[in-house]
Amino acid sequence: MGTVTPAEQQDIDGQSAKPTRELVQAAIRFAGDSGDGMQLVGSQFTATSAVLGNEVATFPDYPAEIRAPAGTVGGVSGYQINFSSRHIHTPGDRVDALVAMNPAALKVNLADLVEGGVLIVDTDEFTDANLERAKYAANPLQTGELSRYQVHAVPITQQTLGAVKDTGLGPRDAGRCRNFYALGLDYWLFDRPLESTLRWINGKFAKVPAVASANRLALQAGYAFGDTAEAFTMRYRVKPARLRPGTYRNLTGNQALALGCVTAAQLAGKPLFYGSYPITPASEILHDLTTYKSFDVRVFQAEDEIAAMCAIIGAAFAGAIGVTGTSGPGMALKQEAIGLAVMTELPCVVINVQRGGPSTGLPTKTEQSDLWQALLGRNGECPAPVLAAQSPADCFRSAVEAVRIAVRYMTPVILLSDGYIANGAEPWRVPDDGELPKIEVRHPTDAQTFRPYARDERGVRPWAIPGTPGLRHRIGGLEKADVTGHISYDPANHQRMTALRAQKVANIAQDIPDQEVFGDRSGELLAVSWGGTFGAVRTAVERAREDGQDVSHVHVRWLNPLPRNLGEILKGFRRVLVCELNMGQFEFLLRGQYLVPTIGLHKVQGRPFTVREIQDQIGELLGGAPQ
Amino acid sequence: MSTGPNVPPLTVREFKSDQNVRWCAGCGDHSILLQLQKVLASACADRDRTVFVSGIGCSSRFPYYMDTYGFHSIHGRAPAIATGVKCANPDLDVWVITGDGDALSIGGNHVLHTIRRNVGLRMVLFNNRVYGLTKGQYSPTSDFGTRTKSSPQGSIDHPVHPVTVALGMEITFVARAIDVDVEHVQYVLRRAAAHKGTAFVEIYQNCQVYNANAYGWATDRQTKHDHVVYLEHGKPLIFGRNRDKGIRMNGETPEVVDLAKVSADDLIIHNEKAAEPTMAYLLARMHHPEYPEPLGVFRAVDKPTYEDLMMGQIAAAREKDGPGRLEALFRAGETWEVK
Repeated sequence: MGTVTPAEQQDIDGQSAKPTRELVQAAIRFAGDSGDGMQLVGSQFTATSAVLGNEVATFPDYPAEIRAPAGTVGGVSGYQINFSSRHIHTPGDRVDALVAMNPAALKVNLADLVEGGVLIVDTDEFTDANLERAKYAANPLQTGELSRYQVHAVPITQQTLGAVKDTGLGPRDAGRCRNFYALGLDYWLFDRPLESTLRWINGKFAKVPAVASANRLALQAGYAFGDTAEAFTMRYRVKPARLRPGTYRNLTGNQALALGCVTAAQLAGKPLFYGSYPITPASEILHDLTTYKSFDVRVFQAEDEIAAMCAIIGAAFAGAIGVTGTSGPGMALKQEAIGLAVMTELPCVVINVQRGGPSTGLPTKTEQSDLWQALLGRNGECPAPVLAAQSPADCFRSAVEAVRIAVRYMTPVILLSDGYIANGAEPWRVPDDGELPKIEVRHPTDAQTFRPYARDERGVRPWAIPGTPGLRHRIGGLEKADVTGHISYDPANHQRMTALRAQKVANIAQDIPDQEVFGDRSGELLAVSWGGTFGAVRTAVERAREDGQDVSHVHVRWLNPLPRNLGEILKGFRRVLVCELNMGQFEFLLRGQYLVPTIGLHKVQGRPFTVREIQDQIGELLGGAPQ
Repeated sequence: MSTGPNVPPLTVREFKSDQNVRWCAGCGDHSILLQLQKVLASACADRDRTVFVSGIGCSSRFPYYMDTYGFHSIHGRAPAIATGVKCANPDLDVWVITGDGDALSIGGNHVLHTIRRNVGLRMVLFNNRVYGLTKGQYSPTSDFGTRTKSSPQGSIDHPVHPVTVALGMEITFVARAIDVDVEHVQYVLRRAAAHKGTAFVEIYQNCQVYNANAYGWATDRQTKHDHVVYLEHGKPLIFGRNRDKGIRMNGETPEVVDLAKVSADDLIIHNEKAAEPTMAYLLARMHHPEYPEPLGVFRAVDKPTYEDLMMGQIAAAREKDGPGRLEALFRAGETWEVK
């Protein structure tokens, strides 16, 4: 299980009569039917572990259908948590412990459990009917096929019903507490306190005391069962990690984007106007922002994706911070309007939480296949800056950065996230006072000198907003005459304006940090990544370097413009491996931009890279995997 | 309508931008532009707080000719852009200028939802029943059977009737006028300007090049009085050169009657403030040549505006939680300290 510390200890714990083994890191997964509340207990385990001081990274995996037929493999919902006393970047490739609430959950998830791992199943759900729904010919608990694991067959449903019988809940509601029983059992197994979840239950179910009481009892019963049942002979402990001092909070990528947008608007001293049409996996940003109205957040649920984009352009024209959030298909619909924002040079941010495509594709699964769409998906010569967040917590920084650049350069900024980091969570350090500089906003007021399309030294036109005395002017999608902003069909003017728009976006390179290299500045192999694949690639390169392999890592956040020194870095390596969850979109860009040969590692399975996949590729390129 | 403090009376000239108007000679747009400039000037509208937003089409060139703030956007999307403008700054006076193709074909969805929300803006729809800028295809308001470049055998689309669509979305203000009837155009625009909430004005507008004389029946001096009826709040529906005809209800159907035979007391009395839009809808369904077509204000009722409700929720949140503070926001939820 996990990584056992050199000084593995088997002491007698103060509170439990059973020995505790200390681990550096462990990954677990809760899996059940989509109605079983697996996402809920998964996020509870995450919060408890984070509060305990572990580094955590999580990954939920849920079906696209709200309620697929119960008990089928199509309806299985899972939540994976990696918790560690060391720095980690991913939710882990495979898990050390698996809770399977029914046969379908076992079937879908068993392959990801490490050999010798802990497997907890609810035996009450292994009925003939459920086995058949999961397409098991025979009960796997009886065939011996699970002999490679530490199987704990627990009648979770019956135990839960027994524990909550005095609350007065009917059998249906009582049975729904079984997820908390499973959580309690895992809390015991990994030596986590119950307090944080008990507090959460009290708050969440304050209005239904019987439900609150039942969930508390189920949680405590699960914990007590681990402590007393003879089958559980050992528990595990993962010590707190050494994080940078400060206040921490666990955030999903989508929560971090919402928080980042509010923060950016506050730093700019402006209202935030968020226009959006619900779409998986971006809707949580919309939901979260509705809770921030005391920050003058104006949330507009538009009639469609196009209206959402257009409304933020209107809001930007009128002086607000305009942000929209969507996913791939919605992004496609917004593109004409993004072109309008490029043409009218108005500041706004378009968040695309990427999912599997094309078309409706895989709505709940992750992919990075909208890079070309972000860079190239509009009519005309239509450059827009593109930034990609690299992890859940990084979504916060990225949102602030996107708004900062949008306002500074009077341009729409496309911010790419993906389903993996949107739903995944990790600790986020609360910024210190003064850590976040103000976003400087300048609105012209002098009618004598004002020209709508005059440019400053960075190539940026002024942001004159309606209501300003004497600055009346007209903008629009037709080509503008340089400086005056009048309509112009003049051939030379169009050439000049095209160049000016391109140069303005290129100038952003002066405002973004130089590319950093993890590892050596030159060598045999450079792994390149962007967006949500950061964690897997960084972890793989860390491990390969620990094994003595000559590999470094470059993770690119700004995809347009690219960091000024990126080309030079690429040329310092004999081979360049570009890892991305698409068929080579960034690779195409790097080849076109720098004329460097590259090797692609592409995956489009709706799932993130595992560390192992990247390590194997590195090993293959460097002459055989060392293990 | 915003009027600045101590604004001296303005002239039409002060609402004209420095751009040359490039519509065709004889186009009804010229008249509408002038009437709107007159209305704004006479109301002392604050040019610095007035925004014209348009989509694409001949009429959508409008903002370039107004010395106000202006946004000539993309096809069909003006209501969405204008919604963003109004929500970002509810103090602005926002006008949407659109055409039959822009508003009812490519942009139909935004028109519906803007009306439904009652966003505080005025939509002026120039209805010439043809695509002008793309040089003469049938539009969503073209009559069935209209022969154009894209329908040489006659259009097989049934036309949409803008006022009925607006009423279907429970518009709070809807009116109709005809471009050459300048006094009446000014009247409905003035009424629209004074309305709080979405005001929708359909203006029958002549396209001299691709659909000339489409409204000849309503503009011909000899015949127009028999073909249009002016709606006046609280008054019976009477029309005709000698005001000798009226409209009464016959069961569920409006009926044209001769006032020599029927008392004016039996006619429909127009009530623009009726709580239900049903009667207004019935009037909007009266089409030439079966009926005289109604001009004027079909409906004018009060309802909270979208931007007021939006700002109201923000004010309520601030009342409850105080103005947002980032330090508190960052530390909301479960946090932990690392020393």
